[in-house]
Amino acid sequence: MMIKLRGMNLKIKNNSIKQSALKAAKGLWMAFPMILGTILLISFISAIVPKSFYASVFRNNYILNSFIGSLIGSISAGNPITSYIFGGEMLNQGVGLTAVTAFLVAWVTVGIIQIPAESAILGKKFALLRNVTAFILAIVVAIITVLILGVML
Amino acid sequence: MKFKEKLKQLPGSWYFLLIVILGYIIISIISTKIYLASLVFFNQIILKVIPIFILVFALMTLSNYFITPKFIIKHLKNKGLKKWFFVIIGGILSSGPIYMWYPLLADLKNKGLNYGLIACFLYNRAIKIPLIPLMIIYFSWQYIFVLLLVMIFASVVQGVLLNKIMEEKFKKIGDKKE
Repeated sequence: MMIKLRGMNLKIKNNSIKQSALKAAKGLWMAFPMILGTILLISFISAIVPKSFYASVFRNNYILNSFIGSLIGSISAGNPITSYIFGGEMLNQGVGLTAVTAFLVAWVTVGIIQIPAESAILGKKFALLRNVTAFILAIVVAIITVLILGVML
Repeated sequence: MKFKEKLKQLPGSWYFLLIVILGYIIISIISTKIYLASLVFFNQIILKVIPIFILVFALMTLSNYFITPKFIIKHLKNKGLKKWFFVIIGGILSSGPIYMWYPLLADLKNKGLNYGLIACFLYNRAIKIPLIPLMIIYFSWQYIFVLLLVMIFASVVQGVLLNKIMEEKFKKIGDKKE
């Protein structure tokens, strides 16, 4: 399949199962150093920081917790696998669910690093608005998710 | 010289890993207690995630095989409410780096896909089906179920919101021209 964009012809190929496996392996291999480094870092943090520290930083303030989570998630980048491992371990250390949820959502929906590419292709205003609304929505999604879970469980 | 060149070609993530390993070497010299405690934590996490990675790999392979950009683009051409539905499904099923999708979305924009639908597609790319097993291990299936539903709802909210704002922007530009 060919699509034409700004004078360029982009070819979209169909994948074979071998190519698909290679693509998956490549994706995981690209993420490997970041995942391993993150696990090593989390292990070190878990060993030196007492659980009471997180409880003192993330008090019972849903909005502030999710704001902090969304902020950290927005400036972080990389494979979502890293965010799940990091978020999950932080939850085990006592960080609140709203903060972790906002962190996970912002990690995958806000793309500060991609803003230049997104602006160039889809427009500056669109790229900025999309990322700003994604940041705010990460906070909203976190609060709603935790509220629903609170009712459900 | 060759080693230096090879080192320069390494992606940033490898530098991150090397710095962390270097940190571990320093800690092993300063405090054996903290070093060993960190390794115990590391071992626990690794044992937890390795089996999941095998499942993630299998799911990623299947997703790469069945869900191609051609398949998604074909379904994004639907009209009306159906369009929103296929944009959500397309976003969830799409794989690969996000920047790979920008030219394709720009092409679809020229063919009538509005800004709201593009935003909705990009938001739903955050939902990665092959990674759900890993999420369930760390969180719970109830949490993942609720989070995914809320995220799909948020993607539509963002789409509608961006459509309104971008439409107003073009309306203002049109008014000024008149």
